[in-house]
Parts: sequence; C-alpha cells; structure tokens
Amino acid sequence: MSAGELEACAERALAQALRAGASAADVLVVQSESLSAAVRLGKREKIKHSARRRIGLRVFVGKRSASSSSADLSEGALASLAAETAAHARLAEEDPSNGLPAPALLATDWPDLEIFDPKAREFPAAEAIGLAAAAEEAALSLDARLTNSEGAEFEAENSFVLYATSDGFRGSYPSSRFTLSVVPVASAEGEMQRDWWYTSARHLRDLESPEQVGRHAAERTLRRLGARQVSTCEVPVVFEPEVASSLLAHVAAAACGTALTRQASFLLGRLHETIAAAQVRIVDEGRRPRGLATRPFDAEGLPTRENTLVEGGKLEAFLLDSYCARKLASQPTASAFRSVATPPAPRPSNLYLVPGRASRREIIGSVRRGLLVTELIGMGVNLVTGDYSRGAVGQWIEGGEIAFAVEQITVAGNLLHMMQAIEAIGDDPCLDRPISSPTIKIARMTVAGS
Amino acid sequence: MNELIQPERFFVERYGLGRNQLEELLGSAVGRRADYGDLYFEYRIFDSLGLEDGRVARAAREIRQGVGLRVVAQDRTGYAHSDEVTFENLKLAAKAAACIAEEGGDRTPLPIGASRPTPHDLYPVPAPPTQAPLNDRVELLSQIDRKARAADPRIKNVIASLTIEHRAVMIVRSDGAIVSDARPLTRLSVTCIAERAGRREQGTHGGGGRAGIECLLAENRYLAFTEQAVRQALVNLEADEAPAGEMTVVLASGWPGILLHEAVGHGLEGDFNRKGVSAFSRMIGERVASELCTVVDDGTLPGRRGSLNVDDEGTPTSRTILIERGVLRGYLQDRMNAALMGLPLTGNGRRESFAHIPMPRMTNTFMLPGEATPEEIIRSVDRGLYAVAFGGGQVDITNGKFVFSASEAYLIEAGRVTRPVRGATLIGNGPQVLRRVSMVGNDLRLDDGVGTCGKDGQSVPVGVGLPTIRVDGITVGGTRV
Repeated sequence: MSAGELEACAERALAQALRAGASAADVLVVQSESLSAAVRLGKREKIKHSARRRIGLRVFVGKRSASSSSADLSEGALASLAAETAAHARLAEEDPSNGLPAPALLATDWPDLEIFDPKAREFPAAEAIGLAAAAEEAALSLDARLTNSEGAEFEAENSFVLYATSDGFRGSYPSSRFTLSVVPVASAEGEMQRDWWYTSARHLRDLESPEQVGRHAAERTLRRLGARQVSTCEVPVVFEPEVASSLLAHVAAAACGTALTRQASFLLGRLHETIAAAQVRIVDEGRRPRGLATRPFDAEGLPTRENTLVEGGKLEAFLLDSYCARKLASQPTASAFRSVATPPAPRPSNLYLVPGRASRREIIGSVRRGLLVTELIGMGVNLVTGDYSRGAVGQWIEGGEIAFAVEQITVAGNLLHMMQAIEAIGDDPCLDRPISSPTIKIARMTVAGS
Repeated sequence: MNELIQPERFFVERYGLGRNQLEELLGSAVGRRADYGDLYFEYRIFDSLGLEDGRVARAAREIRQGVGLRVVAQDRTGYAHSDEVTFENLKLAAKAAACIAEEGGDRTPLPIGASRPTPHDLYPVPAPPTQAPLNDRVELLSQIDRKARAADPRIKNVIASLTIEHRAVMIVRSDGAIVSDARPLTRLSVTCIAERAGRREQGTHGGGGRAGIECLLAENRYLAFTEQAVRQALVNLEADEAPAGEMTVVLASGWPGILLHEAVGHGLEGDFNRKGVSAFSRMIGERVASELCTVVDDGTLPGRRGSLNVDDEGTPTSRTILIERGVLRGYLQDRMNAALMGLPLTGNGRRESFAHIPMPRMTNTFMLPGEATPEEIIRSVDRGLYAVAFGGGQVDITNGKFVFSASEAYLIEAGRVTRPVRGATLIGNGPQVLRRVSMVGNDLRLDDGVGTCGKDGQSVPVGVGLPTIRVDGITVGGTRV
C-alpha cells in the first residue's frame, strides 16, 4: 500500500476507536519487506521473501487501556478491532499512569537522519547470493583448518512506520537495514569449533566488505582451536567489544523504567549515585545519523534525543516512556519502543560507552594472569540483584600476552561491582551495533572451571 | 468465530481459495526440478494480560494471519510469505520461492487429495480459548496478587502475565496432503519481588498447557504456582554466595530437565547432524551417557505445552528415543533433513509462524525414571549443589558446551540439604555430562508448562522433564572460590 493508503487506514482506525467510546487512542502501522539469501559451502541454500503489513491500536477509556494488532486492514476488520479493543479497555483495571504524552512534548518536525537507503527495495536475489558467497569464500579460504560452515547470509530489509494519535500527531518514516553474516567451522585433532561475524548498516555501502566479514569470522573461529578449561580462580577479566556491549545492555535494561516500576532493578534508588568507575560515561544517542536504532520520533511521538545515563561514574538518568515517567514522577526521555503487537516500553537506542585512551594491546599487556572473554552464553543475569554468572569462551592471558584458548568456564560477579571495578576502557572505535562498547578491563571476577 | 476450530473450512471460506487454485499454485511453485513444496496457512489470536503493582491493566490482543509458501530442491529452500492472502499474492510468492530450483517451471497443477484427519487428538478444542470472558482472567490475576501479598509482608510487588492463544493452521503439500490443526495454548508466569533490610530478590514460577484457562483453574494450579513464586523469593532473601568450581550436582525433578534440552536435544537435531556441525555428528550407536540414562522426545503427550497433533509440515508427532541406556539412538527430523539423511520422519518439523521456514525442533524432552528415591540421592552426596529451579539455557552445538542457570539452589553438606545459595550458571559438555550421571530417581516429573525454545531466531513452545538425578561433576559458576 502507498503511504497515503496506510495513513487513511490509520485515520479510520482512530475514528472507529473514538466512535467505540475511546477517550484517546494511538495507531502504529508498519509495512515491511525483506529478502534474505543464504549460501553454504559455496552453494545457495535459502532464498526468502517476506512481506508484512500490520496495524497496532491502543485505546484509552479514561484511565483504562487495552491494545490490539492485526494484519487485516479492511474497513470492516478495523471497525471490529476498534470496538473489541475498546470493550477490553473497559474490562481492564484503572491505572492512573495510563495515557498519551502531553501534546507539548510531541515532535513537530525532524531532520533527515539518513536511515533509509532505497537499495533495500526489491534487492536482487542474485546480488544477495553473491555477497553471502563472497563472505563465506573469504572465510573458508583463509586456512585449511576451516573445513565446514554453517553458511553465510545476506539480508536486505525496508520498512515504513506510521504513527498517529487522537491528539493530532501524525508522523512517518521509511528505514532500511542490511546485514551480512558468516559462521565458519574449524576442526583440528578431533576438535571442532565455530564462531561468526556480522556487519549491519542502514546503507548498503556502510557494510563491511564481504572479505572483511569473512576474514574476521575465520580468525575468530581459528583462535578457538585448542581450547581447554582452566582451574577456578579470581583474576582480572578483559571483555572484547562484542561482549563488553552485552554488559552495557544489562545496565541499560536495569535503567529502563519497566524494571524500575516493577522494583526489579539493581539500580532502583541509585539515581545520582556512583554506580561505575569514574572514567565511565554511557550515552544513548537517539538521533545518531544512520544509527541502527535511530528514528526521528519515539513510539509515542516524542522527538528522539541524546540521554546521558552515566557521567563520571554517576547514574544521571533513567530511560522512560510516558507511562513509567508518570509512575516515577519524572519526565519521559523519548525512549519508547513498541512493535505493532506490544504496548510502548522504554529501551535504549544507540547506546555506547565512550571510548578511553588505552589500546587493546596495552590493556591485555597490563594483565599478568587473567582472561580475555570473546563470547558469552546463557541467561545468568539477574537484574533485580545484579548477580551475574555466564558461560564464557576466550583466551587465557599470561604475562600480558595471549597464551591459549579457553572454554567450558563461567565468569561471575555482580554487575554493580563489575561496573565499579572497570580499570581500563579501550580506544576501539564503535562497532556497527545498536549497543556498542570498546574493550573493557574489570579488575577482578570469579572464573569457574575445573 | 467458532469455525476457527475447523481450520480447513475456516481458511477456505476466509480466503476463498478453491482446490484448483491451490493445485495451480503448488504446480507452479514446485515445477519440474524441485522435490516438493507446501503452503502453510495460519490464523492466530494471541491474548495477553498483565498484572503489575496491584493492577490488571495491560490487556492486548494480537491477530496474526498469513501464508508461507515453500519450495524445496535437495538441500535448498525457497520461501515467500505474506500476511495479505490473495491468489495474486500467492502466485507472486510461488514465483519467488521457485527461483531456488533454478528453472523456468512447468505449470502443471499438482493434485490434492482428500484432507487427512490428524492421527492424534491431544488437545480437544470445543471452542477457541480466547473466547473465554476477559473478566475471568482479570479476576484470576487479581487473586494471584492478593494471595502473594497476603502470604508474607516481605513480598513487595507481584508481576504476572497470562497469555492465551488459539492458532489454526492448514498445511497443503505437493504430495497431495491437506492437514489442519487447531492449537490452543495457555501460559501463566508469576514473579514476586521480596524485600528485607534493603535486600531485594525475586522468585518466579508458572505453568500452562495446550488448553484454555481451565488448565490453570484445575486443582487451583494458579494458586500453587503463586505459592512457589513467593517461596522462592523468600528463600533467595536468605541465599549466600554460590560456590565456584566443579562439584557433584543433584538436579531436582521437573524443569531442571532443561539440562537434556541443552546438553543433548539441540545436538541431535537433524539439520546440524546432516551438516556435520554438531558435537554429536556421526555418533549414533556410541555410548554418550551412563546406562542409567534413557532420553526421549515425545510430542504425543496429551495437553502438554510441547505437544502437537502434527508438526508444522503435517507429519504426525511421535515418541523418539534419543538415548537408550546410555547409547545414542536417534535424531529429530524435519522432511528436508530426513530425506537428505535417508532417515525416518519423526514429526519434529516446526516453525514459529507462517513467516518462518520449518526446522527440526524438540517437543517434550525428558529422561525416563530410574530406581533411586530422591532422598537416597541427596543422602549419597557429601558436598555438592542441589539445584531446584532454573531460568534459561544455551548451547554451542559445535563444541557441545552448554549452560543453564539456576534460580533456586542449595548446598548439600554431609548428605543433607542445608543453606540456599544465589543463582549461578552451570556449564558442561553435552557428549560428556550424561556419562557422569550416577543415580536416577524414580520421581520423573514434567515441567509445569512455561518453556520456550529459541533457534535461529524462531521461538516455539517446548516441554522438558527429569527425575531427580545425581551428576558427578559439573562446573558451577558461582562467585565463592
């Protein structure tokens, strides 16, 4: 459907909701298309075309609310969806924090944030296969020990987002995303290891080249060969950027309004307190041009912006949507995200830890005996307490140098203590990830092994 | 809306697609060079209701509909899906999917036979469970809130979610089969936050199954789940640091069966083994566990969360022996991988929705009971960990290393369960860990029905089960050295 037709659907849904007795309502329409192609061992393995178009409706009847979503945009279906949603809202309990944000907070105009590349539309399957094949070839040709592969995949996706409220907000934007990934498998002396790498960008030309992606994946896979357990100990632990960013994601999740209003966050009650080492600065950059989580306005129509979560090691802000903001007697931070099927909730956008001055070599060189973590698995993170215990893969450091690969170990601590024990922050440039971090060194954690 | 319990009639009426049109679509999709193809029609109503801060104020309904069209040629898959189902759209989808077979295409329609009844009736659906009154669900969640808060003044918040879905699917295959299934699914999750002297902890429990809200009301299961969540939160308020290092671990019956799901289940999925990227590749017939261990995957258990009458390719589900008395016996298969490996279908071809390509997935995975009593098993341990409840897990298929994270655990000292310890991740090696099982209890229990498995971006509901077992040595990732 054209933008005009989608807007007409949104208008109809709003009108139907008000007719069904809603005192306020908002509508999100998302239309998306994607093509993905996978290649394995040089042969095409999969081609997938996707086309979706859905509407999400949220209805308020006073301080009661319900939401719904559907892929049926016909006039009759929208009318019954609106009536049903209003009926559900009447059956829900009142919540004084419910409601649309104050109209004065809404975005009125926005700059071009360069989040759409028209190449994402009708991307040629042959080109997608070619990119995936090139990445896999670059990986497997690097070393004879790379004997197998779980394949390489390229995806081009474009979507159109339209948001409208009964308060008169109307906004829409197209966006795009390209991703290229490869998963090589290495084997030697009866041992088998896989690793991976991927690149992702709003614009096709911003992707790492297939050769870079393949080579990086291959190097990551090869360095895992010969892995063994180490004995249980307490040592300094260095996190590579790809895994350091997951620590930031946990901290950000604990700083989100939903965790706070549920009293399910270890950051509850710590606003303006020191939660991290003094050199830690964490910024959520909602409008970074071409950012993977960039959008002109949030899921409630507020203009996106920059939020500094941590400055000089002090927690300076939480991420809030309008519901959480009312509940916490604060102001929303334009952090609302939603899919058509879920009501808004706050989340980080382009979140990063500001790089420091130490090179990766200097950081590893500063460790007499310790661990470099290169992959983490499992869900052992408790945001209520900050307790942290995850499976890890990495490289053992002896005398400031990489000694051998390690696996079947865990790293454990408490997120609050870990943030406070950050001893060094690398100078690595940010990766093309929504949440990105340079290398970080934590003074001491428990490593459990044999 | 009651035609939803008769999916074939529902889809034919809703989309007005006649048999001749379906035959034409499959013919042009499969052509001469592809091996087979299918159409997957889906309509799902998914209701969720949330309790937070003493209020049942989050009500949402998602209506998902669409069709996925698949073409398979050897190990290649072409797939196209759309949530706008028209004959014109499907013709485009057929063309897009067919390009995987690299040919122009013969347009001879493929004949479709009479529709097949499903071989099981594991979850009778008198009416879509989403039609039950919303009021009853609001009242159920309100009761949970009152019950938890009344149980102990240290309970400071109760967060609960209740989801009820009804899914109608119809699979039309190029071999002429039409199979349809109406699938109910209900899930309740209760989390309690307890607080004492500035320390805050949580406890979580839940359950459900392939039925409507009645599966929670039976025997007041929803209140029992609430009591468990309260109890776990209070236990965790008293927990000490967890130990770090390798030690003997006793896993309680039920949900700790997630060990099997991660340690062996994923590694036995056909796709990884066909590609030779699983730590279990080429190990059929080899000993991978102690003789005490027999592990099965069974999609045919009535009303269970992981059960299905047919998988998402229309194959009847079955009971597959994965490990028999310690010896590796079988893989879990979908059509493509079974055909390529020359092995029988097992009914494990599943997909998250019409927008996803089927893959081999688990259903309900569990270990058969042994002879020891749980008390004997605890008494046999001089120093170790007793793990009762777990959160999620994950596995690296290729090197076989897997983790699963305890959310309620205790120390065992001199044959007795003593102090609670904080949650910790346990890490092991799939092809090795079950060799260290030295005792298997007589108390097999399946989990209460909350599990969701993620693979390659697709989530599907699953079940797990375990009797109490003793594992002689697994790495516990606590903080106390």
